Amino acid sequence: MNALAARRRHPAAIAILIMLGLILTGALYAAVAPRPADAGTASADTVEMGRGLFLANCASCHGTNAEGLKLGDGDRVAGPTLVGVGKAAVDFQMGTGRMPMTVPGVQAPRMDEIKFTEKEISAIGDYIASLAPGPNVPSEEAVDPTKGDAARGGSLFRVNCAMCHNSAGAGGALTRGKYAPSLSGVIPRHIYEAMETGPQNMPVFSDRNLSATDKRDIIAFLKTVENQPSPGGMTLGSLGPVAEGLFAWVFALGLLVACAIWLGKKAA
Amino acid sequence: MNEQDSTEFGATAVRLDQGHIEGHGGIPERFANPGLPAHTPRMADLSDAGAKRAERQVVALFTLSILGTVAFLASYFLIGLDRTIFIPGIGEMGASNAALGVSMALTLLGIGFGAVHWAKTLMPDEEVVEMRHPLRSSDEARQAVVTTLTDGGEASQITRRPMIKYTLGGALGLMALPVIVPVVGGLAPWRSPAEELSLTFWDGGESTGGHAPTFKAMRLMRDPQNTPIKAEDVTIGSVFHVMPEGLLPDLETGEGGAKHQLEEKAKAAVLLMRLNPDDIKSQKERDWGYQGIVAYSKICTHVGCPVGLYEQQTHHLLCPCHQSTFDVTDDCKVIFGPAKRALPQLPITVDAEGYLVSKAPFAEPIGPSFWERD
Amino acid sequence: MSTSTTSRPADGLRDEDTTVSAAAPGAAARKLGGVAGWVDDRTGSAKGVGYLMKKVFPDHWSFMLGEIAMYSMIICLLTGAFLTFWFVPSAGHTIYEGSYVPLRGVSMSEAYASTLNISFEVRGGLLIRQIHHWAALMFVVALTVHMFRVFFTGAFRKPREINWVIGSVLALLAIVEGFAGYSLPDDLLSGTGIRAMQGFVQTAPVIGSYLSWGIFGGAFPGEMIIPRLYSAHVLLIPALLIGLFSAHIILVAMQKHTQFPGPGRTNDNVVGFPVMPVYAAKAGGFFFIVFGVIVLISGLVGINSVWVYGPYDPSPVTAGSQPDWYMGFADGALRLLPGWLEFSFLGVTLSLNIALGALVLLPLVYTVLGVYPFVEAWLTKDKREHHLLQRPRNAPTRTALGMAAITIYSIFMFAAGNDIIAIKFGMSINDITVMFRWGLFLLPPLVFWVTKRICLSLQRRDRDTVLHGRETGTILRSPAGGFSERHEEISAQDRWTMVEHEPVATLELGESVDSNGVAAPDSKTLARRQKLSRFYYGDAVNPVTPAELDQAHHDHHGEAETDAIEGGRH
Repeated sequence: MNALAARRRHPAAIAILIMLGLILTGALYAAVAPRPADAGTASADTVEMGRGLFLANCASCHGTNAEGLKLGDGDRVAGPTLVGVGKAAVDFQMGTGRMPMTVPGVQAPRMDEIKFTEKEISAIGDYIASLAPGPNVPSEEAVDPTKGDAARGGSLFRVNCAMCHNSAGAGGALTRGKYAPSLSGVIPRHIYEAMETGPQNMPVFSDRNLSATDKRDIIAFLKTVENQPSPGGMTLGSLGPVAEGLFAWVFALGLLVACAIWLGKKAA
Repeated sequence: MNEQDSTEFGATAVRLDQGHIEGHGGIPERFANPGLPAHTPRMADLSDAGAKRAERQVVALFTLSILGTVAFLASYFLIGLDRTIFIPGIGEMGASNAALGVSMALTLLGIGFGAVHWAKTLMPDEEVVEMRHPLRSSDEARQAVVTTLTDGGEASQITRRPMIKYTLGGALGLMALPVIVPVVGGLAPWRSPAEELSLTFWDGGESTGGHAPTFKAMRLMRDPQNTPIKAEDVTIGSVFHVMPEGLLPDLETGEGGAKHQLEEKAKAAVLLMRLNPDDIKSQKERDWGYQGIVAYSKICTHVGCPVGLYEQQTHHLLCPCHQSTFDVTDDCKVIFGPAKRALPQLPITVDAEGYLVSKAPFAEPIGPSFWERD
Repeated sequence: MSTSTTSRPADGLRDEDTTVSAAAPGAAARKLGGVAGWVDDRTGSAKGVGYLMKKVFPDHWSFMLGEIAMYSMIICLLTGAFLTFWFVPSAGHTIYEGSYVPLRGVSMSEAYASTLNISFEVRGGLLIRQIHHWAALMFVVALTVHMFRVFFTGAFRKPREINWVIGSVLALLAIVEGFAGYSLPDDLLSGTGIRAMQGFVQTAPVIGSYLSWGIFGGAFPGEMIIPRLYSAHVLLIPALLIGLFSAHIILVAMQKHTQFPGPGRTNDNVVGFPVMPVYAAKAGGFFFIVFGVIVLISGLVGINSVWVYGPYDPSPVTAGSQPDWYMGFADGALRLLPGWLEFSFLGVTLSLNIALGALVLLPLVYTVLGVYPFVEAWLTKDKREHHLLQRPRNAPTRTALGMAAITIYSIFMFAAGNDIIAIKFGMSINDITVMFRWGLFLLPPLVFWVTKRICLSLQRRDRDTVLHGRETGTILRSPAGGFSERHEEISAQDRWTMVEHEPVATLELGESVDSNGVAAPDSKTLARRQKLSRFYYGDAVNPVTPAELDQAHHDHHGEAETDAIEGGRH
C-alpha cells in the first residue's frame, strides 16, 4: 500500500485510474446489461380469465371496457382505446415488458422483467380480440427467419425501417426524447407484431403495405445480421462515425501518447 | 516587453545556485540560466549487468517481432476467411482479421519497442548541445541578391522596353486558359441545371437529359417492391415509401425501370400517409390529397437527405441528417431544425381501378434550395 | 535583444562532458566508407548527410504528436496503394454475387461491390481497409493535437509563421482528403454524405446549381462523382499533401526544432539527442510503434463496416448519418443554424442557413488559424526570433483564446452527434440542439475567462514556489503549540523553469509617443493597438526577480525570530 501511495503522483497514475474506471464500468455494464426476453408460444385461454386480468392490471388507464381514458385537457390520453388493436398488440406490448407501463414518460421502454406469464398475456390478448377483430399473433412459420430471404429483406428494411432504427438495427433518435429502440435481441414474433400494429409512434406496416412475406424477409435479414459474427472486430455499438471518432480520440490517441511519453522519458 | 529584456542575461549574470548574495548591491535584474543539470547515469551505464539486462530485453523484443512475422504468415495461409473466433470483450469475430492484425502488430511493435528501448537504455543519453545561428543571411548576401536581380533585369533590357514586359505578362496570364477551359467546360453537359432541378419523374417520365416531358398521371408504387397502392391499403398510422410508376426495376431481378434510376429516385421519392381529414389544418393539403391520404416529397428542403422518420401519433416527419422536423398536419411546414421551406406536396387521386395516381406534378422544385429557384 | 548576447553560462558544457574521440576506422567502417565514397564521388552528398546525421532533436513527448500525424499519413499511403489494386472507382451498375449473404443479389455500384470484395474475398483485405481508415482518423486526430501543442506553446512565432500556415493548409487538405476517401465505397452512409455535400454546394449563392452540375457531371448523383473523387483522393490531394508536408519537414530541419525552456536551454541552442544514433532509433522505432498500434486496433476493432449500411440509394437513409469526426464541425453547424437564415427576394433564394455552416465555416476556420501568428505579432509588436517555447500558463490570453476557439469547434463537432447523444443519454434531441445553440454564445466567453484565471493562478503559484519554496507536507509543531508546514527551497535548476519567461508590460503610448507633443497622424490606430495590448497583457503576472527573492528571504529572516520552527527557508 505504501508503494502505491508513493506513486500516486506518478504521471501515469491518472491514466491508470481512468483505465481502471473504464474497465470497471464496462464490467458492471456487462453484468447488468439488459438481456433479451424470451417467450414461448401462446396457448389458448378463456376470455373471462383475460378480462379479470385486464380489470386488475390495465383498466386503470385503458378503462374498464378497454375504451381508453382521457385525463385533464382533452388530448392527454391516459391510455388509448384497445378496441380493435388485436391480440398481436397485446402480445407485443406485454411480451416486451412495455406494458403495464410503470412510469409515465414520452415512451414506454422495453423491460427485462416480464410481469406476466405467456398464458396470462395470451388470455388478455384473447379478451381484447373478443372486443373487436384485430391482428392476431403470427404463426411460428410466418416469423421463421430461416424461411425468409435475407437479401430481399435487407432492401425492404433499408427503405422502410433503417431511417429510424439504423441500418444495423441499432436504434436512433426521434423528436423530443422519443426514440426508435434497438432491434437486437427482439424475438421474431415481436418484430412481426411491431410492424403489424405500429406501437406508439411507429407507423403501422400492415399486410397491405409490407406483405407477410415481406415481413418474414425483414425478420430473416435482422436475424442474419444479428447472428453474424462481426468480420472486422468490435462493432462499437454499430453507431458509425461518432463512435469511431470517439474511439480514435480517447483510446487510439491515448495509447499513442502513452508510447510517446515512454519514449521521451529517461531510462532508469 | 521590448525594452525590459535588453538587460537580461547581462554581463553581470550571477550563478545564483553558487551562493546567495547578501544585500542589494550585486543583485541582477533577472535570474541567470543555471546551465545543464548534471547527467545522471542509467542502470546500463553503471553496471555491466544492467547493460546486459537491457541487451536481453532488446533482443527479446526483436525476437518477438520475428515470431510475429512467422505467426502472420501462418495465419495468412492457414486461416480461411470464413473462420470465426470468440474474443472476450469483443465477441464472435472474423478469425483471419484478428489473427493477421494481432500478429502483424507484434511484428511492428517488436521492432518499434525494441529500437526505442535500445536507444533509451544503451545509446548515449547525455544531452548534446547544438548552437543555433540566425536564419537571416548577411546584409552583403541580401544586397548581392538584389544587385543580381536588378542587374539581370537591366541586362535583359526589360525595363527599357516595356512592351516586352506587358505582352509577356499578358501571354503568361492567358496561358492558363487553354488548360482550364477544356477542364471546366467538359465537367458537365452544356445545359442550364435549373430546369432539370425543377423537373421530376412525376412530370411525366425521365427528367434527366434536359427535355420537359408531358404530364401523365402515374400510379404511386411501393418502394422497393414496385407494386401499385390502393387507397384502402393506406390505413391511418401507416406510411408508404413511394416511387412513380415506371421508375423502379423489378426487386427480384433488378431488370427494367428508368434509365437514370438513381438520378430520378433522388428527386421523385415520396412519402404517403393517411391522416384523419379532421386533423389536417390546411385546405390545400386536403384538396391535394385523397380522403386524408397525402403525398409529400421525401427529399429534405435543407440539404436533400430523405426525410423518412414518420411519427404516427404526432404526425411529425424528422430528417435523420440534420433534424429538420415537418408537421404533416400543417402542409409539412418546418417546426424545428435548419430547413426553411415546407416539403412540396404531390397532388394525388385514384384511377378507375382504385389505385392511387398523381393528379399533377410537384408545383415547385423539390429538395435543397438554389439561387435561381424562386 | 536576447539573440545578440553570446556569452552565457548556459552555453557552457558540463564539466564531465567530453568531446567525441576519433577512433581508428575498423573494417566495417572502411567498407561503409567505400560505398558512401562511391555515392559521394557522384553526388557530393557526404557533407549534407553528415550534417543531418549530427542534427540535434530535443526530447519531449509532445514533439511526437506531429510524428504520429506524419506516420499515420505514410501508413495511409502504403495501405492506400494496396487498396487501389482491387478497388474499382466506378458507379457502374452490378449485381452482387459475393460471399456476404444479406447482400447477395442486390444491385449496387461497382465501387461498393469491389469494397465488399476487398472486405470478404481478399485475404487480409479487410485488415488493410481498417488500417487505412483508422490511420486516416488518427492522421487528423494527431495533426489536430499537434496543432494544439504548437499553438499553446507559441511555437508558431517568428521564424515559424510560414510553417504554421503550411500546417494549416495541410490540416484543411487532410480533411478534404478524408472526406473524399470516406465517400468512395458508395455505401448508404457515405452516399448520404455526398448527398448533403451536393445539397450545400447547390445552395451556394449565384453559382450553386452550376457548381453542383459541374462537380457531379450533371444531375445528382450521376456516374462521374466516384471516379472524380477517386482521382482527387489518390492523385491530386496526396500530391499536394506530400509536397506541402515535405516543405513542412524541411523547414523544421532548417529552423531547428523548438525546445521547452529549462536549465541549459536558451534561445540560441538546441539541447537534445543527435539523429545518429539516438533519434534515428527513437523516431524510426516510433514509426513502427505507431504502425503497430494502429494495426492492433484494426485487427480487433471494426471501422466503417460498409456491408452494414448497404449500397447507396437516394431513397433510403440510416439513422445516425454522420460524417467522419473531422467533418463533424461543419455537419454540426448545419444542425444548429436556424432555418430563418434562408431568404427569398427579387426572384432568387439565398440560403444562409446552409452556406454559413458548410461553405463559409470550413474555409473560415482554417483562415483564422492561418492568420493568427500575424495578428499576435502585430499586437505584441514582437519581431524577434523565438526558439524557446512558452509554457501555456505564461501566455494566459493566448491560452484562453485557444481554449475558447476549441470550445466553439467542439460545440459544432458534438452537435453533429446530437442524435447519438440523445439516444445514449435518454435526452430530447430538440433540447440538445437548443442547448448547443445557447452554448455557442455563452460557453466561449466563460471558457476564456476561466482559462485565463487558471493560467494566472498557476503563474502566481509558480511565484509562490520560487519565493517561499516547495511545500514538503511535513508539519512541525512549535514549542508554543503552533503548527506550520516546512517549506523547502527549490534548486536553481527547478527555479529556472519558473522564472525564465520574459516579464511583460502593456504597450504604453500616452503623450510620450510623440516627442513634439503633436498627436501622431495614426493615433487612432495606435490607441486601438494599445487597447488590444491591454487586452493581451493587461493582467500579466511577471516572474520573480532576484531582488524579490532576496526580499522574501529577508522578510523570512524577520519572521524567523518569532516563528523559529519553520526552518525550511534559510
